Amino acid sequence: MLRYTIHRILLMIPTLLGVAVLVFVLLRLMPGDIVELRFLAEGGQVSPEVIAAERTRLGLDKPMWRQFGDWMTGIFVGDFGISMWTGRPVVDEIASRLELSMQVALMATVFAIVLAIPLGTLSALYKDSWIDQVIRLFAIAGLAVPSFWLGMVIILVLLLNFNWIPPLTYTPIYEDPWTNLSQLIWPAIAVGYRYSAVATRMMRSTILDVLQEDYIRTARAKGVFERLVVARHAMRNAMLPVVTVIGLEFAFLIGGLVVTEQVFNLNGIGKLFVETVTRADYTMVQALVMLVATFFILVNFVVDLLYAALDPRIRYR
Amino acid sequence: MDQPTALRGATVPASAQSPWLLEVEDLHVHFVTTRGVVRAVEGISYKVRPGETVALVGESGCGKSVSALAIMRLLARPAGRIVAGRILFQGRNLLDLPEDEMREIRGRDIAMIFQEPMTSLNPVLTIGFQIMEPLLIHLNLTEEAARARAVELLKMVGIPDPERRLDQYPHQFSGGMRQRVMIAIALSCNPRLIIADEPTTALDVTIQAQILKLMKDLSRDLGIAMVIITHNLGIVARYANRVNVMYAARLAEQGSAADVFAKPLHPYTAGLLRSVPRLDQPRGLKLETIEGLPPNLLDPPPGCRFAPRCLARQDACVAQVPEIVQVEPHRYSACIRAREMAQVGPAGLQLQSANPQPPVRKALDKAQPLMKVHDLKTYFEVGAGVRLFKSAHLEVRAVDGLSFEVFRGETVGLVGESGCGKTTVGRTLLRLEEATAGEMVFEGANVTRAGGQQLKDYRRKIQVIFQDPFSSLNPRMTIGQIIAEPMRVYRLVADRGAARARVAELLTQVGLFEYMAERYPHELSGGQRQRVGIARALAMQPSFIVCDEPVSALDVSIQAQIINLLEELQAKFKLTFLFIAHDLAVVRHISDRVIVMYLGRVMEVADRDTLYAEPLHPYTKALLDAVPIPDPEIEAKREHRVLGGEVPSPLNPPQGCVFHTRCPLASEECKMAIPELREVRPRHFAACIKV
Repeated sequence: MLRYTIHRILLMIPTLLGVAVLVFVLLRLMPGDIVELRFLAEGGQVSPEVIAAERTRLGLDKPMWRQFGDWMTGIFVGDFGISMWTGRPVVDEIASRLELSMQVALMATVFAIVLAIPLGTLSALYKDSWIDQVIRLFAIAGLAVPSFWLGMVIILVLLLNFNWIPPLTYTPIYEDPWTNLSQLIWPAIAVGYRYSAVATRMMRSTILDVLQEDYIRTARAKGVFERLVVARHAMRNAMLPVVTVIGLEFAFLIGGLVVTEQVFNLNGIGKLFVETVTRADYTMVQALVMLVATFFILVNFVVDLLYAALDPRIRYR
Repeated sequence: MDQPTALRGATVPASAQSPWLLEVEDLHVHFVTTRGVVRAVEGISYKVRPGETVALVGESGCGKSVSALAIMRLLARPAGRIVAGRILFQGRNLLDLPEDEMREIRGRDIAMIFQEPMTSLNPVLTIGFQIMEPLLIHLNLTEEAARARAVELLKMVGIPDPERRLDQYPHQFSGGMRQRVMIAIALSCNPRLIIADEPTTALDVTIQAQILKLMKDLSRDLGIAMVIITHNLGIVARYANRVNVMYAARLAEQGSAADVFAKPLHPYTAGLLRSVPRLDQPRGLKLETIEGLPPNLLDPPPGCRFAPRCLARQDACVAQVPEIVQVEPHRYSACIRAREMAQVGPAGLQLQSANPQPPVRKALDKAQPLMKVHDLKTYFEVGAGVRLFKSAHLEVRAVDGLSFEVFRGETVGLVGESGCGKTTVGRTLLRLEEATAGEMVFEGANVTRAGGQQLKDYRRKIQVIFQDPFSSLNPRMTIGQIIAEPMRVYRLVADRGAARARVAELLTQVGLFEYMAERYPHELSGGQRQRVGIARALAMQPSFIVCDEPVSALDVSIQAQIINLLEELQAKFKLTFLFIAHDLAVVRHISDRVIVMYLGRVMEVADRDTLYAEPLHPYTKALLDAVPIPDPEIEAKREHRVLGGEVPSPLNPPQGCVFHTRCPLASEECKMAIPELREVRPRHFAACIKV
């Protein structure tokens, strides 16, 4: 197990290196230059000398391979550089927003699991009945409705019916849990709905498959109560593909909440992503891409570990 | 009331005089499908006494499993419905019980054992829990008491080291061991009745013999009645007291096993008994077959279901549905000519051809072998994948030093239990696997490492027929496309028209019809699909065909048709076969010479008649002993020496002779060195130091 973990962590290195090369090259292929963009934003006429000096200060005049080498050696000692736009350390810029994005992602995941597993199971057990029809409608709607639209509807309902708007500035949960939750619960529901719809459909189809298995017939032939046949014999076997879907969606939520964050005015990773890309803030974009890539790999690893926990046939050496 | 003296084998317990344990009366089961109502069971009636073993025999789709699931009320919902009939268990009609009372009977009074041990246990729960579950539910035992009982049960079914095994999961058990666990679960609450649905069909013959003996002993010692559902007539002959023969959802015949086998009173039973190749009868006659296919239950023929295939058919057979009636004491038949048949026997009804067809003459060319294999080795590495650390090197020696010759026009049989490497031999010859060492010489040319044009030429001349006619044909291609594909690839036909003509010719040669070229595989039956597989192989005009278990997935009556077809084609096109199979009787029927394999090694090689008449190697003897013969009288006289143990893991084969762990003759010497395959008698080779 330890050996397997080390193995997996070592395998991360080539993958992340590949991501690093890709994002580094792609960024520099993009038209526009951070220095020009920044001075343009300040609206003044700037002489070429000033621009050149600024470029030298940021290290953009060095050859590409040197820039890449500096970036890599920096990462190696834990220095992700400073934001080319704000001048603050990249780590500080990301940390506060990551906290928020993580919390929304976690809440959405909990919301999705709590909803999807019972709903998917019920839907499978009462296949083709009205219960199934209602749940399937709910799930299809979740796939069809964009989460930002749902977010706007939530805000409108809160405003029109209760004359209440969620707090607009972020308060960390350890400072004031109530204010924090009353702000973040709504975006979590807005994105969690789609998420739970995906998981519900997956749960329904795997439960339906598992119920056809021979061991379910064996359990019934043993005289096991039908609810135990489902809870004990079917659900655990049906969880594997659902865990995969949940894991991948979770990783996606860390960096993919761009529009929903906009709607709820949240300063999360998604919003940061868009800002830094439009500003061509190389160091920030690079760090963010690396962060999300690392997340995806780690989540996949955790999913694999969950597999082993759920299915005794899977053992890692 | 007269004593049932006709019952053979173990004496029937005294409780035979008590009322029936199970009475199935006029059971009708329907399945509602999108294409209509399938009448899966129509008017089945049979009874079971306490402690006796009753068999339900029939081919796939005849409704035998459905009628058993109906007793447990476990038919697939909502499609399966019991539309009429009564199922009395200890005098109570199970069909009237509320679901919760029925649930209490399941697993406590009536237990069930299923066909597929590999999938019948829940992979994520421990064996211990799965055995304890019915004890906790039905008998309200405490956790400790249930665990103690589970240990006792595992001991009873012959699983060593039960305390430790309880905490393991199903994947840590072999197929035979899993079936023992299933039996332990079935026995847990001391049921009155066990229904076993093809309990050994998925197992090897030696394991099959172990499991059946275990079930028989336990049911006798514990007084448990058994309903065995099987297609294997040998099993019926060895283990059942009474038999119910089913055909196309109806009962054909009923009686004691001894009577039914000695004197069948239904043409279907008679035909079934004759179409099985048998180990105890002289070989050489062409197998008699039941022509045609079982009817489609969505649209069954009028009158007697068997009439379209019956040689004794009369007009009255089609006019009305025959009732099942008593013909002789304790003998029931659903044939209107049963009384006649009882008088004159099957031959009198022209069911049997008076002078059986002589065997197909073979022209063997012994001058030069067509295929010569020398010291062939095929090893597989296990644990492939991306590895940063070099892990322990594991290899499976699937084939370890195999040498043989095949002459033109000959059939060489390759037998052995699963995992013995017989399929790998076929795949290596086909160059689907790369040989690790050794050489294969085909028509004088070494083809072991041949590439390019030489490999292409070789592949055209060597073809294969696979085991599973369901998965070996591409479901998205028509039969015509499937057969024509290799001809197109090798440019054997000039154009589309020529291809179509050739496909039509091939279909006719394998006993199908031209119009089937437009059909898709799912529209054909298993036997028809296997004929397509044969046509595809023939398309290349090969000289050598590897037949990998070509009939093991087929029903008995269809199996005989395919075997006969293969023999006819062999004579017609001077084909050479390597016939890989686990069924010793089938191999005996078709082969000229037989190779017996065990754990990647050859145990014995001899001409067919020599091998079956005077086997030398203890493994061959054990295999032959394990096969039940479809004749209750012979089975009652035979001494059943059941080979213990299981095939060891090929990852870690035993030192010395690979068979020594299970061999009755084994001694210290056997562990020392791998025995050479030596010519013990002329043309009779065995790899054993004791013979």
